[in-house]
Parts: sequence; structure tokens; C-alpha cells
Amino acid sequence: MRTYDLGHSLAADQHAAQTSIERKFALAVAVGFAFSAAAFWLTLGPRTDIAAAAVTGRFDLKIVQALLLAATAAALVLRLARPGAGTALQTAMLAGVPVLLAIAVIAELSVVPAAQWQANLVGTNWRICLTAIPLLSLPLLMALLLALRHGAPTSRGAAGAAAGLVAGGLAAALYATHCTDDSPLFVATWYSVAIGAVAVLGAVLGRRLLRW
Amino acid sequence: MSQRDAGWADLMRAAKAGDAEAYERLLRQIAAALRPLVRRGLARAGRSGADIEDVVQEVLLAVHLKRHTWDSTRPFAPWVHAIARYKLVDALRRRDGNFDLPIDEFSEKLAAEEESPSASGRDVERHLATLPTGQRAVVHAVAVEGLSIGDTAGRLKMTAGAVRVALHRGLASLAKTLGQD
Repeated sequence: MRTYDLGHSLAADQHAAQTSIERKFALAVAVGFAFSAAAFWLTLGPRTDIAAAAVTGRFDLKIVQALLLAATAAALVLRLARPGAGTALQTAMLAGVPVLLAIAVIAELSVVPAAQWQANLVGTNWRICLTAIPLLSLPLLMALLLALRHGAPTSRGAAGAAAGLVAGGLAAALYATHCTDDSPLFVATWYSVAIGAVAVLGAVLGRRLLRW
Repeated sequence: MSQRDAGWADLMRAAKAGDAEAYERLLRQIAAALRPLVRRGLARAGRSGADIEDVVQEVLLAVHLKRHTWDSTRPFAPWVHAIARYKLVDALRRRDGNFDLPIDEFSEKLAAEEESPSASGRDVERHLATLPTGQRAVVHAVAVEGLSIGDTAGRLKMTAGAVRVALHRGLASLAKTLGQD
């Protein structure tokens, strides 16, 4: 077929997507989060002393960090979904989250006696942490990847990984309301491993599912 | 921002507002600018120039189907450029296995080049044959015979709406099967 003719038929096709990527993505976050939150309430649920915990700095910090991760990764993934869009600022903001976490770890090490470091790091239920965060992130991850198919990511693996960080961050925020280990030492270790696993899964799935 | 980029952005904005003529002009200009770029990309991969038009057509289909991902407040050329690079690398990988095109090798500016009205590819035609009959008839009538939506509807005894739907679906599945080849 002549390119000239193909151009003619493309111009005749007036059907254009009406919904922006941002809107589809926001809808996917809402739907995915509803499923993840429902699964969370039916299985783990928030800790019983949540009212008391909510006024402690450590508890608030881990929630804020999880939400910051999700928000900055979301900003990045929306850029990755548009061909040729710069991502430097969004990448820098995302990189700020582990920096914040490192500062929290240093602060924790300076206020907590060395004898207690290991207990804080190992915590009481790291196994649940490593299981619950990836499982809770699955509905979110699938919804986000489906929404991203509407975009045009030229780096499918990176877009999938960033979607994994959004899903993992939101799942971690949910799980953090259940988890009684609030020390930054615990969060930096186990939450990172759990969310990192979701990011790797997102990258693998993204390479396959985000083809266009 | 270059003058031509501004021109392209204007054409695309007009196209989004429903100006099919501006859109067709834009697609021809993009095709003309892509050819030398694709030719160089294929040459660097040690490939003949016989596939140039197939890659150009694949890029045009992608530009068309993903045009909602262009943010109309941003420059247009980088967007087209990123799509072209993605599709070229994809085409090379599909044919030769693993292939990575160094980014800076493909970073030349999209150059202005003469339009070649007779340039044609083979892949689209081949995949057209795999479409469901209705879609194939509509795409053929509109693309190859150059009929309008209304004339196509009259010829195929379909409503104009059904022709539009079949055309869009046909183009979308063409793009999809081209990418899986």
C-alpha cells in the first residue's frame, strides 16, 4: 500500500480517544485501591491501637513515606506514558523518597541504643509484611497496567516498574496501618524488599503487556 | 522551538479540532521527514532500505492511534521522534532478534525532505488481508480507492457510522498485527 493512501485513510478516521491518560490512570488507582482496601479489611484490618499509634511520629512517617512513594512514582509513570516527555524532574522527586527514608534511619540509629537496633530491624512480623504488601498490590498493579495500555510508553519495563512502585506504595500504606513495627529500621528493610518485588513484577509484566 | 515544529503543532491542533485536510497534510510531512531517518537507522543495523516504507507506515499508524498522548502545550517533534525511534527499534528487533539502537545514533533532527507520493510498503497490504471482511473492504475503499466515508457507505450498503467504526477498528488491528509480525 502506498504511504500516501495510508495517510488518506488515517485522516478519514476521526475516531479519537476522548479520555486523557491522567484520567484513566486516576480511575485505575481508585478502582485498584478499592479492591486492595477491601482485601485488606477482610483479612488483616488496621491494628487495634491505631488511635494511639496515629499520634506517634514513627507511625505517621511510615504512612507518609509510602504515600510519597506512590505519588512521586505516579508522576513519573504518567510522563513515561507519553513519548518524548522528559522525566528528569519526576525521577529526582522519586529518588527523594529513599533519601528521606535514609534520613529517618540515621535519626533512628542516633536516638535508639545500639542494643535495640536488631530487635527494631527484625520486628515482629516481617513475614506478613513481605507477603501482604505484594498481594495487596496486585489489584492495583493490574488496574494501573491496563490503564497504561491507553498510553504509549517507549520504555515498557520502566513504565511497568514505576506502576509497580505506585501499587506497592499504596499497598504499603494500607499494610502500614496493620503493622505494629514502626521503626524506620524495619520499614527501610522489609517494606523496601516487598515494594521492590512489586516493582520487578511490574517491569516484567510491563514489558509484555504494554506493547503497542 | 523550530518553525516547523510550530507548524506541525498547529496542524495537529487543527486536526484534533476535526480538520481532516490539515491532518492529512501533517501525516505527509511527517512521512517525508521520517524517510531519511529510517533509512539511516536501517543502514546502521546493516539492513537494506527495502523496509523503509514499512517502518514509516508503522510509525504513521502509531502516530495516528496514539495521538491523544501528545500534550498540545508541548513541542510536537520530540513526540514524533520518540515514537519513530520506538517503532524502528521494535521493527529491527522483530526481524533480527535482539537489537539496540544507541540513542545518540538516532538523535539527528527530523530533516525536511521531499514527499514521495508513490512510495509504498508491503506489510500493511499483507496484514490487510487478515482483517475481517467488513473492515478490509472499508479500509481498502477508503485507503486504496480514496473514497470518502459517505461514498464507502453507499458502495458497501452500510451506514456512515458503521463505516467509521469499521475503519477505526481496521486501522487499530492493522497496527496491532504489524507489531506482532
